[in-house]
Amino acid sequence: MQHLPRLFRLAVPLLAASLLLGCAVQQNPSGINDPFEQSNRQTHEFNLALSGALAGMTDGDSDGGAVTKVAANFAANLGLPNKILNSLLQGRIEPAVMNTLRLVVNTTFGVGGLFDAAGTSFDLPEHHTDFGETLYVWGVGEGAYLELPVIGPSTERDAAGKVVDFFLDPLGTVLTVREHNAVRVLRGAGNAAGKLRYAGSINDMLQGSADSYAQARLIYLQNRRFALGATSDEDVFDPYAE
Amino acid sequence: MKTFLTHMPNSTLTRRSFGASVAASFALVTMARPAFALDDASARALIDRAVGDVHEIINSGRSEAQMLIDFEGIFTRYGDVTTIARTTLGAAARQASASQMSDYTRAFGIYISHKYGRRFREFIGAQIDVTGSRPLKSFYEVRSVAHLQGMAPFELLWYVSGASGRDLFFNIVIEGVDLLNTERVEMGAMLDRRRGDINAFIADLRALG
Repeated sequence: MQHLPRLFRLAVPLLAASLLLGCAVQQNPSGINDPFEQSNRQTHEFNLALSGALAGMTDGDSDGGAVTKVAANFAANLGLPNKILNSLLQGRIEPAVMNTLRLVVNTTFGVGGLFDAAGTSFDLPEHHTDFGETLYVWGVGEGAYLELPVIGPSTERDAAGKVVDFFLDPLGTVLTVREHNAVRVLRGAGNAAGKLRYAGSINDMLQGSADSYAQARLIYLQNRRFALGATSDEDVFDPYAE
Repeated sequence: MKTFLTHMPNSTLTRRSFGASVAASFALVTMARPAFALDDASARALIDRAVGDVHEIINSGRSEAQMLIDFEGIFTRYGDVTTIARTTLGAAARQASASQMSDYTRAFGIYISHKYGRRFREFIGAQIDVTGSRPLKSFYEVRSVAHLQGMAPFELLWYVSGASGRDLFFNIVIEGVDLLNTERVEMGAMLDRRRGDINAFIADLRALG
């Protein structure tokens, strides 16, 4: 009986994944697919106001960002088991090994992940990945562009990935539900702290724009496709070829 | 190619005149397009110089206002501002008059160098290393890596072309996000805000610089 909730927790992401696999498979789009633009723009207004408020908070940061940095490190370390699992699901052994080494180094030398010893002393930067990337590797199409409340720019594929990542965490198999929820809260707070560190420059960039929604959309899609390796030389624009 | 070859027997060209015309058109192409002088090494050398100047500016310890003026030089010396400006204006570039285009190009040059100058200014203490280059479409892609304090290094790409008659960069790409595309969206939005009135749009752009 005790194992039932755990099985259930595993079943949810698997169900979500299989639903997604039923979606149209589309290979590496280069354009913008934004059928929900109207509601996305409303969410964007809300996010912009929020990031303006966050940027205001960082102005009063007297510790030079040291506390937020430690919080962000701690959250990132707790997020590593999920990243390792995603790399394995993608069939990518090397990043899984690197992040495992990173987890070991930062949990020990980095005092439980408070400091990024792996990045600063061992040249082991974090390999970013998530279930959105796993879905990409599995051939799921990008879907429509979405701007999510608080989280910001995303796509249907990446949003589904985020939902799955919430449940898909190896930590859940060694922790009790209560402990795991505490970890989720800590991760959320730490990631928010990390966001706070960059809120200022992102805010500057978007506030100055004539259409910050369109800028944020383009920047997200270009950067995400680049990170996934979903871009090709064919898509590179050549102004002299006209 | 195949259609060309199968049509050859019906053509009025003799083999000799065909050969001569090929040679002549080849000579014409090479004369008209000194662009072909561009190679891997010269594309890379251009960016080496540009990056050297960027380092000099960001480590000069000058005021922000002075640095922004210095950054204008990076774009005018090493960048094909005419092409960047025309491309970012999109379809409106075809409707604009010659004097509007020259006003726009000047305003855009100041706007873009200040905008990127402000970003590069955050690079104080940074090291940008040119790591390689490769041909891509009609131009060269020069790769560099920016090492910033307290951040994972990131890739900075420069697209260099000789099509303007000189080796100049026409695009900068940071982790997949590129200048031409982001500015095309931005210029389009600014123009929309003025309902396509190019003169009003140029005045707005000048005010931003």
